[in-house]
Amino acid sequence: MAEKILMKGNEAIAHAAIRCGCDGYFGYPITPQSEVMETLMEEQPWETTGMVVLQAESETSSINMLYGGASCGKKVMTSSSSPGLSLMCEGLSYLAGAELPCLVVNVVRGGPGLGTIQPGQGDYFQACKGGGHGDYRMIVLAPASAQEMYDFVDLSFELAFKYRNPAMILSDGVIGQMMEKVELRPMKPRWTNEEIVKTMPWATTGKTPDRKQNVITSLALDAAVHERLNHTLIAKYKQMEEEDVRFESIQCEDAEHVIVAYGCMARICESTIEMARKEGIKLGLLRPITLFPFPKKEINRLVPHLKSMMSVELSTGQMLEDVQLAVNGRIPVNFFGRLGGIVPSPEEVLEAFKNSINK
Amino acid sequence: MDVKDIMKPENMVYSKTPVLTATTMHYCPGCSHGTVHKLIAEVIEEMGIQEKTIGVSPVGCAVFAYNYIDIDWQQAAHGRAPALATATKRLHPEKYVFTYQGDGDLASIGTAEIMHACNRGENIVVIFINNGIYGMTGGQMAPTTLIGMKTATSPYGRDPKLHGMPLKITNLIAQLEGTCYVTRQAVHNAAAARKTKRAIRKAFENSALGKGTSFVEVVSTCNSGWKLSPVAANEWMVENMFPEYPMGDLKDR
Repeated sequence: MAEKILMKGNEAIAHAAIRCGCDGYFGYPITPQSEVMETLMEEQPWETTGMVVLQAESETSSINMLYGGASCGKKVMTSSSSPGLSLMCEGLSYLAGAELPCLVVNVVRGGPGLGTIQPGQGDYFQACKGGGHGDYRMIVLAPASAQEMYDFVDLSFELAFKYRNPAMILSDGVIGQMMEKVELRPMKPRWTNEEIVKTMPWATTGKTPDRKQNVITSLALDAAVHERLNHTLIAKYKQMEEEDVRFESIQCEDAEHVIVAYGCMARICESTIEMARKEGIKLGLLRPITLFPFPKKEINRLVPHLKSMMSVELSTGQMLEDVQLAVNGRIPVNFFGRLGGIVPSPEEVLEAFKNSINK
Repeated sequence: MDVKDIMKPENMVYSKTPVLTATTMHYCPGCSHGTVHKLIAEVIEEMGIQEKTIGVSPVGCAVFAYNYIDIDWQQAAHGRAPALATATKRLHPEKYVFTYQGDGDLASIGTAEIMHACNRGENIVVIFINNGIYGMTGGQMAPTTLIGMKTATSPYGRDPKLHGMPLKITNLIAQLEGTCYVTRQAVHNAAAARKTKRAIRKAFENSALGKGTSFVEVVSTCNSGWKLSPVAANEWMVENMFPEYPMGDLKDR
């Protein structure tokens, strides 16, 4: 029987990092995710696994520490919340341009600006459409439980290294602060330097006489070279869409209407579905687990059997646009969202849904 | 006896270090970067640490340092090199890690990163090229631009009321507990270049001793930016830059 411990989603991130062989965490405190670094500092993993934990002077520095660590082929990560992520966007663009794997956790709060420390989902565009400058994408995973906060750390690293691309866990203040039972997975050892040299021949591990120098850069002043780099990136993003779309489908097979929701809102909407079913309404829930790549094909498959879809978010309607693109005008796509950290009840969502189909 | 008979290893008094690549440098004739690159490459060769050295290049003219020094390199965003070097050194304590940064990179946009890396006493080497101007973007004012100095963004000369005083960041760095060696050098003549090389060597040796951050400022010329010939630029530097940025060790412990 595997060990199960009651913990916050944020704490789960920290324990998962230590246990999945993460080499380094670099972060800066910000509500509502400070428990990640607090837990790491309390656990002192440098004494056990050798993992480095460092409080940086800013989010700008944290993300650039990731650039340095990832350049060495190390498993490095940071966590922050919305305003901190804005500061990291410069670095994320460089990481994507230099094709470096890393994990960034965003426990989203309400914005814009300093906004609120209450939960939000208003960073969807920033996470899924790039955020920083230039044409790039990140792999974006949206956990809906403390267990998924834990499990997605290892999964994010796996995907980040598969594609040599930054991966993000896009969480929210509810999932980060909520306490649930979490099953700890078996310990994975950190990669040895020898393993890194062998499996990541591109990493800056020190130039040995048997190979050319390794240079990690996103700079390509030659137009043809730079265009080629962009095409390489696009090919990776296409491959992600082919191979790594993840979603959960709840009672969608016989549904007439489907709600699309992720993170904490998916948890709320699960109850909404149950309530609707009791009233005889054939309502289903599609929960995208990867927000990029987005489950476009699954929506496309469902649409011919549906009368409407509704995107439910703690935003003014951001994922909504991806749902609309996938539906492509074939059925009505409605929206319900709350802001300011107000998390709607299942009843409120159900009423909003009923209003949307009766208007 | 022809030249082939003379050019035997035992007769050679000088040769290019193999740590310097054969790539023709893009730097303007008279620019200090080429000389400083050569000194770093020579130190790496003499210490036998090519396999153990990781460089972090900046944004600015020296962005392409990786084309010339044959080691592994990370190319950082503007000003962020000390953050990259911090993580690299912490994850690879056995490596020699150095940043190579200009005055815009280190003393303007990257002030937070350099101050905190030095304050934490990261066991890294910082090579700071101070030529008082933004070279690559076309000669704009830098934080280290002298009072009255004309640049593309201070066309009537730097006015302290408008732009503040030149930032002597090396003096600030020397005050931080994390630094063990802070020095200001130049490469305008052979004697100065030899002293700079000794300083760079000492800085690299320090980083293996775990003494903290070593910081080598090299007061440099940008003759294209200054619109002077290489010789005139050296003279102008001695006359104008040295009084503001005096040569010598600021700290050595």
